[in-house]
Amino acid sequence: MSITVDRKKLSFLERTYIPQIIGGLYITFRNMLKSKVTLSYPDQRPTLPPGYRGAPTLVKDGDGREKCVSCQLCEFICPSKAIRVTPGAIKADSKYAFIEKAPQAFEINMLRCIFCGMCQEVCPEKAIVLQNEFSLAGFSREEMVRDKAALYAAGGTMPDKIKKWSRVKSNEELERGEH
Amino acid sequence: MYSNNPILFAAADAAVPLWDGVLDVILMIVFSLIAIVVVMTFAGLSVVAERKVCAFMQGRYGPNRTAIPWIAAIPGVGTVLRSFGLMQLVADALKFLLKEDPLPNHVNKPWYLAAPAIALTPVLTVACLIPCGVIYADSGKIPMSVADVDLSLILALAIGSLGAYGAVIAGWSSNSKYPYFGGVRASAQMISYELTMGICALTVAIWVAPVTGKPFSLFAIADSQSGAMWLCITQPLTAFLFLVALFAETNRLPFDMAESETDLVSGFHTEYGSFKFGLFFVGEYGHVAVASALFATLFLGGWNPLPGLSWPADWGWVSSVLCVLTFLVKVAAMIFFFIWMRWSVPRFRYDQVMRLGWQCLVPLALANFVFYIILRAAM
Amino acid sequence: MEEKLVTVNIDGVDWKVPCGLNVIEACKFAGVEIPHFCYHEYLPVAGSCRLCLVSIGTPARDRATGELIKNDDGSQKIAWMPKPAIACGTKVSEGMHVVTKSELIDDCRKGVLEFLLLNHPLDCPICDKAGECRLQEYATAYGRGESRFIERKNVKPKRREIADGKIILDNERCILCSRCIRISRQLVGRDVFGFTKRGSKNEVAVYPDEPVDSNYILNVVDNCPVGALTEKAFRFKMRTWFLKMTRGISAESSAGVNTWIWSRENVIYRITPRENRQVNDVWMSDSGRYTFGKFQSAERLTTARIDCSESSAEYALTRATEILNLGSVAIVASGYQTLEELFMIRRLADDLKAQTYMVSHLRGSDDGMLVSIDKTPNLRGGFVAGILKEYPKADLAGLAAKVRDGSVKTVLCFHEDLLSLGFDAKDFKRANIIYCGSLDNTCAREAKVALPLPSEFEKSGLWINRQWRLQAFDKAVDSPAGVLNDFDVLCSFGRTASGEDFKTPTLQSVRRAMSAAIKILPENCEVPAEGAVLDASEFSGVDFPETNALHFTKNVQQ
Repeated sequence: MSITVDRKKLSFLERTYIPQIIGGLYITFRNMLKSKVTLSYPDQRPTLPPGYRGAPTLVKDGDGREKCVSCQLCEFICPSKAIRVTPGAIKADSKYAFIEKAPQAFEINMLRCIFCGMCQEVCPEKAIVLQNEFSLAGFSREEMVRDKAALYAAGGTMPDKIKKWSRVKSNEELERGEH
Repeated sequence: MYSNNPILFAAADAAVPLWDGVLDVILMIVFSLIAIVVVMTFAGLSVVAERKVCAFMQGRYGPNRTAIPWIAAIPGVGTVLRSFGLMQLVADALKFLLKEDPLPNHVNKPWYLAAPAIALTPVLTVACLIPCGVIYADSGKIPMSVADVDLSLILALAIGSLGAYGAVIAGWSSNSKYPYFGGVRASAQMISYELTMGICALTVAIWVAPVTGKPFSLFAIADSQSGAMWLCITQPLTAFLFLVALFAETNRLPFDMAESETDLVSGFHTEYGSFKFGLFFVGEYGHVAVASALFATLFLGGWNPLPGLSWPADWGWVSSVLCVLTFLVKVAAMIFFFIWMRWSVPRFRYDQVMRLGWQCLVPLALANFVFYIILRAAM
Repeated sequence: MEEKLVTVNIDGVDWKVPCGLNVIEACKFAGVEIPHFCYHEYLPVAGSCRLCLVSIGTPARDRATGELIKNDDGSQKIAWMPKPAIACGTKVSEGMHVVTKSELIDDCRKGVLEFLLLNHPLDCPICDKAGECRLQEYATAYGRGESRFIERKNVKPKRREIADGKIILDNERCILCSRCIRISRQLVGRDVFGFTKRGSKNEVAVYPDEPVDSNYILNVVDNCPVGALTEKAFRFKMRTWFLKMTRGISAESSAGVNTWIWSRENVIYRITPRENRQVNDVWMSDSGRYTFGKFQSAERLTTARIDCSESSAEYALTRATEILNLGSVAIVASGYQTLEELFMIRRLADDLKAQTYMVSHLRGSDDGMLVSIDKTPNLRGGFVAGILKEYPKADLAGLAAKVRDGSVKTVLCFHEDLLSLGFDAKDFKRANIIYCGSLDNTCAREAKVALPLPSEFEKSGLWINRQWRLQAFDKAVDSPAGVLNDFDVLCSFGRTASGEDFKTPTLQSVRRAMSAAIKILPENCEVPAEGAVLDASEFSGVDFPETNALHFTKNVQQ
C-alpha cells in the first residue's frame, strides 16, 4: 500500500529561498558565538562516567591475593579472541594452595580487544575488570600484548564484599564431629 | 596604457631615456608579483579562515595545534599564531609540495598537466585589474591597480570566466567519468551564470556612465561611489543577482556542482593529487578573494569607508593607506560571507541550479537592466 | 535370535522395546532423557543417586484371578506405584506405563539435586570437569537454580593424589555415586575404592598401602560424573569446551581401541575412549592415552635431510626418487601406516619391482583386555594390501644380509628404525637408505635421504585390528610446518617409476581403487561407526600371536 505524503504548498517567499537562507545564516552565526564543545584532549581530560569500559585489567583482592583462578571463561567469551590464558596449579606449599588453580600466563592483546566488557561480565571471580584507562598506544605489536604482570600493575586491588575463598579448613572448626 | 601610473611616471622622469621601456617592464613585473603575492596570501588565509569559521560554527576549535617549534616558542606571538591555526597554513602548503605527485596512466598528459595552471592563471590576472585604493596626486586621483584599463570590468569578466576552462580541461583530460561530469557541469554552470553576471555588470555600467564617462572602468565605478551612495543601495537587486552569480562562478556552495562530493567523488579534480591539486585549491580560494574584491569594488564602494563618505584627499598618503585598509577589510568581510554561506546552506540539485540560472536570474537581471535604463533615461 | 519386544507406554506414547531393558534405556530408546548419575550402561546397577526417579505403573490385575482389570470406559486400569521409582533399577514389562514429565518428578529431581549440592563446593571455575560435568548439566537443566543452604559446608579432603599419582581425588566434589567402585571392580578385578565414614561425612577413599598397578584405572576419571576424580596429566591443562573432538583409533596395539582425540589449535591435549560395543565398550587403557606425546616433542622429524644435512622437502623428494630409479630396491613398510598407504606401497613395489618387508612389534603380553601383544595397529593391513604373506619376523636380518651381499642397493623404509632391526652403521654405506617417517630416530639421522611424514594424528585412514575389523579414523591436527603428505611422497616415487603422469589422489579415490582391487574390502571402503569385519579366511593359515581378550577370541571370526 502506498502512502501519499502531502507536500506543503510553499509560499512565494519560501520559493525564493531567501528567508530560509537568512534563517540558516542566523543559526550558524549564533552558533559561532557559542562556547566550544570540543575537549582540548591532552590538556583537558574527560571525566569518565561510572561503569566506563576502558582497558581490561586483572585485580587482586584485599589481601593481595590474585583473584584469577584461570577458569578461561573470559578467553572463551571474548568475541575478538584477545585473551589467552595458560592455566597452572598453585604450588602445594603456598598459603593459597587450597585454591589450587591460578594462571601461569595471562595475556590480553590490546590490538584485538574491543572493550566490550564481556570478560568482566563472565568472570566468576570478579578478577578481570575494565577500568578507566583509555589511552593505549605503543610502538610495536609486542608491547600491545599485555602479560600478567602488566595486567596486575594496571589493575591494582579491588576487595570483594563476599570473601568466597576465606573458608574453614577443617570440620573441627565447625564443631562437627565424626560419625 | 600604463602612462598614468604615478610611480612609473616618477621613475620614467628620473631615469635615463634609454632605460625607460626596460624600467617600465621591470616595475610592471614587480607590481604583478606583489599582486600575485597578495592574492595568494588572501587565498591561503581564506583556507585557514574557512577551517576556523566552520569549526566555530560547529562548536569546535579548528586547527590550533600545528606549530613550527622555534616560532611557537616566541611568547605571545607564538601562542596566537598557533591557536589561530596560522601555522597550519604552512603545514598544508608543505604537505601539498612534498607529497608524491602521481600522474595516472590513463590521462591525456599535456592537458592534464596544463589544467591546474589554466585554473589558477585567470584569477591572478584579474587581480591585477582591481583598484584597491586611490592616490591623491596633484594631477588628480591615481588608481592603485597594476593595470588601470578603461575596459577593466569587461576584461575582468572575460578573463575570470576563463577559469572554467581549468575545470573543463581537467575533467576532460582525466579520462574518468566523475571528473568528466564535473567538467561538463562546470562549463554549463559558468555559461548560465556568466549571462546574469554580464547583464548585472551592464546595469552598473549604464548607471555610472553619465557620471564618469568611463562606464567599464573598475576604478571609475568605484570612484563614482566616493562621497556618494554605494551601488548596493541604489541597485540592491543588481547587487544581489551579481552576488548569486558570483557564488556560482566561484563554484562555492550552494552551487559547487563541479565538485559535489556526494555524487561526483570530488568532481573535476578527482584524479589530481599533491601539488597539482594544491593549484586547484589555491585557485578556488584565489577566485573567492578576487570575486570578493570585484564585488566590493562594484557595489560596496571600493575603498570608501561609508556610503556618502570618503577619506579626505588632503590627508595625502595617510588617506591612501586608509583606502587600502578599508578595501582589504571589505574583501575580508566578503570572504567571510562566502565561508559563512558555505557552512549554512546545503547544495542545490543540478537541475535546480540550471532552473534558477535560466528561469529566475536571467529574466530578473534583464528586467532589472531595462528598469535602470528607463530610470537613467528619466533622470 | 529374535529379540522379544514388549510394549511400554512412555509419557503417553506406546513404544516396542526389547525385553530386559531397564526404564532408563527404554526411555533413551524412545528419545526421552532421564537424568542419572550412578547408572552406567556397562556397570551393575547401584541405584544410589536417586536422580532417575520416575512414576511407574503396571497393568492392574485381579489378585484372585490374575485377570486384567478394566476401567469403567473399557481401557486398561493402571496400578501406579505409590511413590516414584528409580528408572535404572526397574526392568520394563509388558504394558508398563512410565511418566517422566510431571510436577512430582520435577520436584523429585529438584530435591535430589539440592541434597547433592548441599556440601558441593561449587568450585566450577577451578574444576577440570566443568563443561563435561553431569552435575553442572543436570543442576542447570533440572535444579532449583539457587541454594537455600545457609550453614557452613562440610570440609573433606581435597587434592589427594591416588593411583600412583595418576588421579587427583577431591572428596568435596564427590556425589557418592559409586561408579568408581564398580568400574575398578570390573576392570581392575578387585576393590580399589570404597566408602568410609557415614552420613554427610561419607567419602570415597582408596585402600591404603595397596598400590594400584592397573593399566585401566583412568577409566574412573572418564566415568566420574563430577570432578571428584580428575586426571593429573590433564589437570589444569585446558578447559574442555575449547577442545575439538576427533574420531581416532588408538595406535597402542592391534586391539584397535576407538578414541576421541581432544585438540585445540593443532595441539592434542588428551585422548579418551569412544564407545564401540564391538571393540572396547567404553574403556581404554591408561597407556594408550599418551601416545600423542612423542609427536609433539623434539623427537619429531620436521625437516627433510639429504646426506644427514637439512634440505628442502622438494629437493629431498627429487633426490629420493632418483635413487629409487637406480633399481634393486627393497621397501620396508610399517604396521603404523594406514591401509591406503600400504595399498599404494604395494603398487609402488610392483612398479619398482621391489621386495617388500614388514616387521612385527611384539612386546609384553596380551593383558586380556584392550592391549594386545602386537604393538602395531595395522599389521593385518599388510596382509590385506598384499605386502605380507606370512607373519613377519621381529627384525630384518634377511634384508640386511641382502644389503651386505649387494643384491639390494636401495632400501626405502617407512617409520621403522633399521638400526634396531639388524642393520648396522656400515649397511648405511653399502646401500642407499631412504627413510620416510614421523620420528627423528637414528635411522633418520643416518639415512641418505630422510623425509618427514605425518603422524597418525595428522591424517585420515583405515586400520584393521586383531578382529579383522576395518576401522576409520580422522585427521585431528595439522602436521607441523615442513612435513610432507604421505600420498604426495608415495605418488612422487610412483610417478617416475611407472612413467605415468598422474595427480596425487584423494583419500576417496584411493579407497575406491583399493576396494576395486581387494575383494574383501567393503564398497568404496565405507565403514560403519562400529567398523566392518573383513572375511579373513584367506589368511587363516597365518598364526597370529594375539590371545583371547575383551571382544576377541583367537582364531574365531567375529
